[in-house]
Amino acid sequence: MSTRRIALTVNGTRHEAEAPVRQHLGDFLRGTLGLTGTHLGCEHGVCGACTVLLDGRAIRACLVLAVQAEDRAVTTVEGLAPSPEALHPLQAAFCANHGLQCGFCTPGMLTTLEEFLRDCPDPTEEEVRVAISGNLCRCTGYDSIVAATMEAARAMREAAA
Amino acid sequence: MKPPPFHYHAPRTEAEALALLAELAPAEGRILAGGQSLVPAMALRVARPLHLIDINGLPGLDRLDVGDGHLRIGPLVRHAMIRRESVPGPLGALLDKVRGHIAHLPIRTRGTVCGSLANADPASEWCLVVATLGGEMTARSLRGERAIAAEDFFQGFMATALEPDELLAGLRLPLLADGTRWGFHEFSRRAGDYAQAASLVVMEVRDGVVLAARIGIGAVEDRPRRLPEAEALLIGRAPTAELLRQAAATARATLLPTDDDPTRPALAEAMIRRALADAAGIALP
Ligand SMILES: Cc1cc2nc3c(=O)[nH]c(=O)nc-3n(C[C@H](O)[C@H](O)[C@H](O)COP(=O)(O)OP(=O)(O)OC[C@H]3O[C@@H](n4cnc5c(N)ncnc54)[C@H](O)[C@@H]3O)c2cc1C
Ligand code: FES
Ligand code: FES
Repeated sequence: MSTRRIALTVNGTRHEAEAPVRQHLGDFLRGTLGLTGTHLGCEHGVCGACTVLLDGRAIRACLVLAVQAEDRAVTTVEGLAPSPEALHPLQAAFCANHGLQCGFCTPGMLTTLEEFLRDCPDPTEEEVRVAISGNLCRCTGYDSIVAATMEAARAMREAAA
Repeated sequence: MKPPPFHYHAPRTEAEALALLAELAPAEGRILAGGQSLVPAMALRVARPLHLIDINGLPGLDRLDVGDGHLRIGPLVRHAMIRRESVPGPLGALLDKVRGHIAHLPIRTRGTVCGSLANADPASEWCLVVATLGGEMTARSLRGERAIAAEDFFQGFMATALEPDELLAGLRLPLLADGTRWGFHEFSRRAGDYAQAASLVVMEVRDGVVLAARIGIGAVEDRPRRLPEAEALLIGRAPTAELLRQAAATARATLLPTDDDPTRPALAEAMIRRALADAAGIALP
């Protein structure tokens, strides 16, 4: 039926575009803005692959309409690294610890964990497991993801000290 | 897995939202709050509203107020906003614990408490809390405002006393007096899933005997409710392991599960027994 023109900030850049009102934010990011780092698995909230940050809080991009992101700031996996040369500590730790194989779940893992480590900079392994309990990975078996997260948390604490 | 087409409305004031709801409810119009139940239901095509009235842009609906011995939760208070720090006394600790059982972090940042009540899933944790503690809902429409008690609010599987043109404008929960004891347990197959059985128990114990007790069960019948026969058993007696076991067994005998899953009654009894034991502060193997 209807479409709306929306303006929003994605990874620090202002965008203006048409969005069908029934389109979810995940399809808008991928299809309209070409930011294909955000992955879509189930499109009903259970797999976590589509997780992005909306005004700094992790949300499911498949369960928020694109029109609802009007005037808000979205961070996707493409926006996590501080510069084109450097990786975010979580990304670096995922590389070093085999935190990914096919990489389908990785964008959602990273965005979920980014918010989690901001709230909880010194987590236990158990807390990390709970934090990613809504992110399904079919390849790595989670142990290496948890190990990567513990290492990233350590690196981020040291950098902040 | 995409929602079917609909018209989208983003009112800027509550008056505008109520007017839209009055106009569009008869034409399959619905409120969109956190969207964490409605949007997946639309993606799965089990819900097909023709109009969505998005309340996320309305100012002042995300308030969490304490006063008058009550906690008041506005319609845009997200699950994640319910934290121990924001609610005084035992109620704060209770709600904090319950919050952690609802879905996962990125769903809790968006989904709302009032949305859970309006959705009335029999396994919803907030619905169990409201049914057990005796919450009161405020419904608002162009026709006026009314209060709905928990006993009248939940009317069956995903059915409430809300009329189609009514906005759930808030929820009031009584604060719990210092020293009130409670326990909450649920069983779900995976972290963050809806529960297979959940129980909340609140108890006042003085001089070693139970003065008052509320035992709630969720996810077993078509709506959450209290279990008066089991509650009555506790009053005036010392909460020993033996008494708590008896109460849980009595509770099980009074349940009318909506499905014939053979594990359900046993799970329900186990959750009630554990919640009772936590409330009484005793170990129950
Ligand atoms: C993967 C996943 C796991 C989940 N696990 C759990 C769980 O374990 N426990 C649990 O309780 N929930 C769970 N949920 C659901 C979640 O808690 C939802 O947030 C909640 O059920 C609905 O709240 P909402 O604000 O998202 O409402 P919406 O999805 O926006 O709306 C739900 C319904 O309520 C109506 N509605 C909403 N607000 C109002 C209002 N103010 N007035 C009138 N009508 C209104 C809508 O019209 C709609 O019919 C889960 C969801 C997902 C996706
Ligand atoms: S695609 Fe959004 S949670 Fe699976
Ligand atoms: S790395 Fe393949 S799904 Fe997680």
